[in-house]
Amino acid sequence: MSIVLDGNPVALPRPAVQRWHHAGRALRGVQPGLLLAWLVIATVALWAVAPGVFASYNPVQGTSGQHLLAPGASHLLGTDGLGRDLYARVVHGAVHSLSGAFLAVSVGLLLGTVIGLVAGSVGGLVEDILMRIVDVLLAVPSLLLSLSIIIILGFGTLNAALAVGVASVASFARLVRSEVVRVRRAEYVEAAFGSGGRFGSVLWRHVLPNSMTSVIAMAALQFGTAILSISTLGFLGYGAPPPTPEWGLLIAEGRNYISTAWWLTTVPGLVVVAVVLSANRISVALAKGGR
Amino acid sequence: MTAARPPVLEVDGVAIGYRDKQQLHRVVHDVSFAIHPGEIVALVGESGSGKTTTAQAVIGLLPANGQVERGAIRLNGVDVAGWSDKRFEGIRGATVSLIPQDPTSSLNPVRTVGEQVAEILRIHRRVDRRLINARVVELLARVGLSQPELRARQYPHELSGGMKQRVLIAIAIALQPALIIADEPTSALDVTVQRRILDLIDELRLAFGTAVLLVTHDLGVASDRADRIVVLQGGRVQEQGPTAELLRQPRSAYTRKLLSDAPSLAMADFRPGPASDASAPDDDATHAIVVENLVHEFTLGGTRGTVFRAVDGVSFRVRRGTTHAIVGESGSGKTTTIRDVVGFRQPTAGRILIEGTDLATLRGEALRQFRRRIQLVYQSPFVSLDPRQTVFEIIEEPLRNFEALSAAERQRRVGDILARVALAPSVLQRRPHALSGGQRQRVAIARALVLEPQVLVLDEAVSALDVTVQAQILQLLERLQAELGLTYLFISHDLAVVRQIADTVSVLQHGRQVDAGRVEDVFLRPRSPYTRELIDAIPGKRNSHLVQTSAPRLLQQAA
Repeated sequence: MSIVLDGNPVALPRPAVQRWHHAGRALRGVQPGLLLAWLVIATVALWAVAPGVFASYNPVQGTSGQHLLAPGASHLLGTDGLGRDLYARVVHGAVHSLSGAFLAVSVGLLLGTVIGLVAGSVGGLVEDILMRIVDVLLAVPSLLLSLSIIIILGFGTLNAALAVGVASVASFARLVRSEVVRVRRAEYVEAAFGSGGRFGSVLWRHVLPNSMTSVIAMAALQFGTAILSISTLGFLGYGAPPPTPEWGLLIAEGRNYISTAWWLTTVPGLVVVAVVLSANRISVALAKGGR
Repeated sequence: MTAARPPVLEVDGVAIGYRDKQQLHRVVHDVSFAIHPGEIVALVGESGSGKTTTAQAVIGLLPANGQVERGAIRLNGVDVAGWSDKRFEGIRGATVSLIPQDPTSSLNPVRTVGEQVAEILRIHRRVDRRLINARVVELLARVGLSQPELRARQYPHELSGGMKQRVLIAIAIALQPALIIADEPTSALDVTVQRRILDLIDELRLAFGTAVLLVTHDLGVASDRADRIVVLQGGRVQEQGPTAELLRQPRSAYTRKLLSDAPSLAMADFRPGPASDASAPDDDATHAIVVENLVHEFTLGGTRGTVFRAVDGVSFRVRRGTTHAIVGESGSGKTTTIRDVVGFRQPTAGRILIEGTDLATLRGEALRQFRRRIQLVYQSPFVSLDPRQTVFEIIEEPLRNFEALSAAERQRRVGDILARVALAPSVLQRRPHALSGGQRQRVAIARALVLEPQVLVLDEAVSALDVTVQAQILQLLERLQAELGLTYLFISHDLAVVRQIADTVSVLQHGRQVDAGRVEDVFLRPRSPYTRELIDAIPGKRNSHLVQTSAPRLLQQAA
């Protein structure tokens, strides 16, 4: 048996290669996309907390004679048909969109976790019933579901947020259940029962904490989606009533002037896109970091 | 095999490192050894000794962040140390091939076995299809698979673990490489299967004159099979030499420790039977565990599916303060038996008495209270501890379940038990991932003991651990039994360990008890052919007479 191995390995200039590795590693530590995402979210959060610091104009009261001004020195992003400063309206609108999204995610997370935890840990008939209901909820398009809920609850910022939250319960429940089913089979959970743990305490101490990593990432993702949904409801007129400077409503009102004042609908739209993308990016980072 | 022929593989002063974000961790330092044609060289060491890393470097399969920093790896005289993946592709399979560790995950589940063997032929040589098919069947027959034509059309899930490993060996020998790397080729297999696979590798080596690099943690396997042994520790060669010489006169202290810790080579005495018990009355009162005619059936495929009897009429009694072992290969019903004994499931029929309490009568809260008296230690401490809890929380938890103790009192009890299992108090605030395997298993034992149970069930509790750690844990268990008067039910597939720790033993096969009694009786005078086969399959017997021990070699007489 003869084996022919030809040639010698190409001699690599090792130190040079290593220098490149060093430079690459130093850069890899910082993720510019992630940094930007956190920056966007932080800015919007600050807008929501202290809008007065960022914008001096009144968001609701217009200045007569200054309507439909293009972006310029005095009005950074221009003014709308009633002479209101668009920048001020966007900044003041943050609190509506963010609190709405926060409420929606909380509702979805809380209800979804409870349903998923019960279904995954009790099993049997209870699981079947709960998960079939979830399947039905998942089968209905979430916007349609939100609209139906709003029609029952009535219009308004709070109700829009609740509607968006309830519509996301199903997807949370499904994720939590699958995680719970995985964790429940883990040996340390059986060991906890073996050392005399009661059902509730084992769920609380072992199953829930070990199931939550991907659920938290999903919550961050849902935060972006919720902002989008609330804006959609606002755009359709199911959310906050005018003259509230809610982002979806801003886009809807600006639509009337799209041929003459493009900034009225474009700028709030871009803000929504930026916030949703940032939430998405952060969610990816959370999902990776948790594993 | 003469010294004049050049070595197939020459590893010369090799250092290998892994880099992470911050720095380079060197895991192999200045390792040198050589393999001549037709030779088997065993690379022996514990986990983290660098044996797998060294083997991976030889075949160019180091992880992306690993690199050979210094030294030369000469395959047939050509240095391959710095080769790219692309260049390695040309020689993998043809010059050097690999038998992987875990046969169950090393075959593609959606392609037939025949296609997977044919693949390597197709990659390296352009031969027409009919010739390839004929060669595939020939190869499958060569590795000892019955009905090779049928096997070639089957999918991996239709084959047993041992058969899958034979298929992988067929792939490894397909192109008659000069060197085969066998990375723990049998550690995922049962002992009897393990022996047949090693016999096959041995036979193929003789037939083709192939050199074999056998990577193993089991000094018993190495001493049975290898011409020469290289002992690695912490990435350095501790000692190397011809097997017989190394066993007879180990030069390094580490090798001596390995030899004395390996249960199959150490050949310790049987446990002396408790003398006083012979006169004690043989009724239920003297036994901690009584199992009578245990039957456990599973229904497969829905409520009207077929019934599978996993445990079929198993009976045994364990005297208080002694150790009973249940031995069997995978699928023998040993795990099902102990899960019934611990009370996780209700048996289909039969009676189980733990300290006089009939398990079948217990439900709900009574069953929960019963758990104080019998505790289970799992096989792998890597999955039986909650990764999010600290060691303190893990050990404290059983106490919180049963007793309304003050925080200070709990702290004291945890501290006491930690000292008993010989762990430093500094581990209390760490999480399981920051501990070694042996430390984790000590934590698992501490969690089981903190409730002061009378019976401890150990489910393969040492088989996931390195030999020296295994020896330490076995010593710890012996000491705890002497101090606390515990009764052990010890589940294992490793007869060498059983021989060392148990007083009585039950041998299970296909759910039936085929042999039972005192360990000495069963080992020296096995009644069933299956027990005899199990005893014969214990690795390390071939050369164990070379190892210097004072103990009488009873196993030799048995075999």
